[in-house]
Amino acid sequence: MSTILDLLVQGAQMALVLLLAPFLTGLVRKVKARLLRRRGPPVLQPYRDLIRLFRKEVVLAHNASWLFRVAPYLIFAATWVAVALVPTFATGLTFSWSADLIAITALIGGARFFLALAGMDVGTSFGGIGASREVMIASLAEPAMIMITFTVALIAGSTQLSSIAQFMLSPEAGLSVSLGLALVALIIVSLAENARVPVDNPATHLELTMVHEAMVLEYSGRHLAMVELAASLKLLLYVSLIACIFAPWGLAAPGAGPIALAVGAFSYLVKLTIGAGLLGLFETAIAKMRVFRVPEFLGGAFMLGLLATLLLFVLRSH
Amino acid sequence: MSVVLLFVAALLVLALLPIGFGRAARVSTALYLAATAISLFLFGFALSHLVSGGAPLTLKLPIGLPFVGANFRLDALSAFFLAVVNLGGTAASLYGIGYGRHEKSPERVLPFYPAFLAAMNLVVLADDAFTFLLSWEFMSLASWALVMAHHKERGNARAGYIYLVMAGFGTFCLLLGFGLLAGPDGGYTFEAMRAGHATPLIEALILALVLVGAGSKAGLVPLHVWLPLAHPAAPSHVSALMSGVMTKVAVYGFVRIVFDLLNGGSWWSGLVVLVLGGVTAALGVLYALMQHDLKRLLAYHTVENIGIIFIGLGLALAFQANGMAAGAALALTAALFHVFNHSLFKSLLFFGAGAVLTATGERDMEHLGGLIHKMPLTSFAFLVGCVAISALPPLNGFVSEWLTFQAILISPVLPQWALKLTIPAVGALLALSAALAAACFVKAFGITFLGRARSKAAEAATEVDRFSLTAMFALSALCLLAGILPGFVIDGLAPAIQGLVGAHMPPQAGERWLSIVPIAESRSSYDGLLVFIFIALSAFIAATAVHRLASHALRRSDPWDCGFPNADPATQYTAGSFAQPIRRVFGTLVFRAREHVEMPPPGSLEPARFETTLRDLVWDGIYAPIAGGINYAADHINWMQFLTVRRYLTLVFVSLVALLLVLAL
Repeated sequence: MSTILDLLVQGAQMALVLLLAPFLTGLVRKVKARLLRRRGPPVLQPYRDLIRLFRKEVVLAHNASWLFRVAPYLIFAATWVAVALVPTFATGLTFSWSADLIAITALIGGARFFLALAGMDVGTSFGGIGASREVMIASLAEPAMIMITFTVALIAGSTQLSSIAQFMLSPEAGLSVSLGLALVALIIVSLAENARVPVDNPATHLELTMVHEAMVLEYSGRHLAMVELAASLKLLLYVSLIACIFAPWGLAAPGAGPIALAVGAFSYLVKLTIGAGLLGLFETAIAKMRVFRVPEFLGGAFMLGLLATLLLFVLRSH
Repeated sequence: MSVVLLFVAALLVLALLPIGFGRAARVSTALYLAATAISLFLFGFALSHLVSGGAPLTLKLPIGLPFVGANFRLDALSAFFLAVVNLGGTAASLYGIGYGRHEKSPERVLPFYPAFLAAMNLVVLADDAFTFLLSWEFMSLASWALVMAHHKERGNARAGYIYLVMAGFGTFCLLLGFGLLAGPDGGYTFEAMRAGHATPLIEALILALVLVGAGSKAGLVPLHVWLPLAHPAAPSHVSALMSGVMTKVAVYGFVRIVFDLLNGGSWWSGLVVLVLGGVTAALGVLYALMQHDLKRLLAYHTVENIGIIFIGLGLALAFQANGMAAGAALALTAALFHVFNHSLFKSLLFFGAGAVLTATGERDMEHLGGLIHKMPLTSFAFLVGCVAISALPPLNGFVSEWLTFQAILISPVLPQWALKLTIPAVGALLALSAALAAACFVKAFGITFLGRARSKAAEAATEVDRFSLTAMFALSALCLLAGILPGFVIDGLAPAIQGLVGAHMPPQAGERWLSIVPIAESRSSYDGLLVFIFIALSAFIAATAVHRLASHALRRSDPWDCGFPNADPATQYTAGSFAQPIRRVFGTLVFRAREHVEMPPPGSLEPARFETTLRDLVWDGIYAPIAGGINYAADHINWMQFLTVRRYLTLVFVSLVALLLVLAL
């Protein structure tokens, strides 16, 4: 009986992230629009966009290969699995042990690998420029993410997100310099990974600095919908990740009752809203940087992560 | 044991057969078929020995050094490497059945191929210094002959020359190292060496010599220079053996001498190995990213993977020196797991490069493209190799890197300050090289197989033969299996690890859902099988749901490309332009990369030019001065070649007296 319940909770988590992802994207857009004194599209607009895309036919380039058609589903699947493994409203879900933070990073890396390949499949110059820049950004964002993982894992004594969240909730966890550095680094990595300002601009096409949008330029219809949904899921993943590690309050403990789960779900929604507000505020306040300034920005995150890890290595005396 | 040696001897006999009628196509097929069968048997034997955990088998032949003989021994470590060697050998021989038919000068390949296989087998079986060195040198020479098989192609003769010099130097260092290990009493069997005790100074000397000897064969920076020249020059199945297997034999040499004969060492030996490994990993992948030659890119990538293996070995040495057997076991398992993984996917990728070479006659990625349409099966297998080597779950490359990361995460307990400060930096280099590897293989696969054909040859490519495809798909399947069932590999490695560091990782077979748990579940666990099932299931659900509920209409049209479609394939991104951002970010420092743009004034009809220059600082800083010094010395002692007999006799007399004086003192 408990196994079925566990599976249900795990399933609920997977459905929840899928349902909430476009909402988060819409919320960020709304916040940005309001800050610019525009009315902006409704928060539910991303859902409508997705439904419209799903209904449209796919226009495929003549020389697109099977990889181009398979990639959207693979990208979506890898991202969805990665998000499903991050504790959102409860820790210790049935399958949370099957992959740790390193594996989640690598899953996101896998999704990116196929996205970059899909960008190169049709053989257009825009696809190539997007893929080329994406892997350049990833080559710095991924190691920075691993260093953040090291920092958090050394503090919490685990790379499992459930264990990390439980440790952060326990009285043993305290403020530390390393944790602060890791938070800053994680925010930088999240901005870069999700193609947000100042690294990339999610709202533009046809700008020479674009990265993500250039890769998906040839996609249309349901394929584009899958890629867009995966992008929304990825944004949700990073917000959930920051919430789970640095603000784990309200997370339901393993085997908790329905009330605790409801509290967890509610606090998760609150955290998402706050995250969307902060992201919108940040994006409005800052300008997009030139593409070759990005390595310095991300290199900073990498160095912060390394510094945080180094501090922990040095301070660990036993 | 004798049965193993008999089969190895059969390989040697096989090497003699094609002499005389090596040009016949049937001989080539028969030889590769026989080599496949023999390798497969040896693989099966090694695997069964490893899994059954039987006592070491030994055999002494009355040949070789007087009173020492030729000693052979098959213990768990040898059995593991014997399995790796022969798995690679089986795949390469199977691939060779098809690939060998396109060989233009088979008489230059066929005799040396089985000899090369036999030599690698003998190295991992040898149990005394003489047999080891003899087999090692035999392996070097056989592979050198294979590198020189196409000696008329540009650059191959130089590659062969540099390889020969480096191999000779490496063996020379190993020879001195064994001399030090044997001590003044001359105990040349490994058993005697194990019993011996070295002073710290001698130990440091041995470590340095072994690092140079085995490291040059494996491709440690800065001893890697020959590797990206020689590996691509050989026929592709031999490239696969050299990159996938021979470098592993070199790792075996290092592990055997340092962990077994020397019994570990001090903590600083771990430090040295760690730093070398980290630098090798990061530099190797950066070199690889700058290459446009598919096979050379793969060869440079071998350098990176050797770095990852040595990071694991260095961590193991550091843990062992501090008496932390469990940590040492974890790090060593990670290293040996990566040895196994790399032998799988690097062979696979070289097979793919060979298939491309057969189909198009091109190795230069700038002339390829669009092959996914012409060679769908090859491109699929190559893609699996790319995902595996980029350390992406759920394939095997990820598992060994994950284990290495786990080993790094338990290393703050190490007491030495130098280690505390170095290990995070090495971890950062490892993370950087993993991310760059993914970038490198997006480039390798994207430019070669995706997009539009950049040359007539790529346009006309066709799928390769069945044997080559079978070999590639078998290796792809193994990459997947090792990735989703890593627990079995870890358990299989346990006897070898136990023998080296006195502990092994906790048995993984009993974990739920076949997951792996290196230390404790609350700390870290990974389940490749579940991740694989989840991804497959989610992709399947998504695809089914979309096709059921949403539109499944599809229309083919011209590419959109923001409204500027251009039919000329030259407008695509090239390998050079793809790597440009990374070259700017990392290459400016590491390779002194400079870009030079020549833009004619408006109205001028001259073409604009864009030039990039890269400098190999390792070559400029180390090898060029040495070569220059040798040339200088050769020029200045040249007069000694033209002396009279009288003067030569005087010279002989003087040197004799000088030597006697040295002895007398």
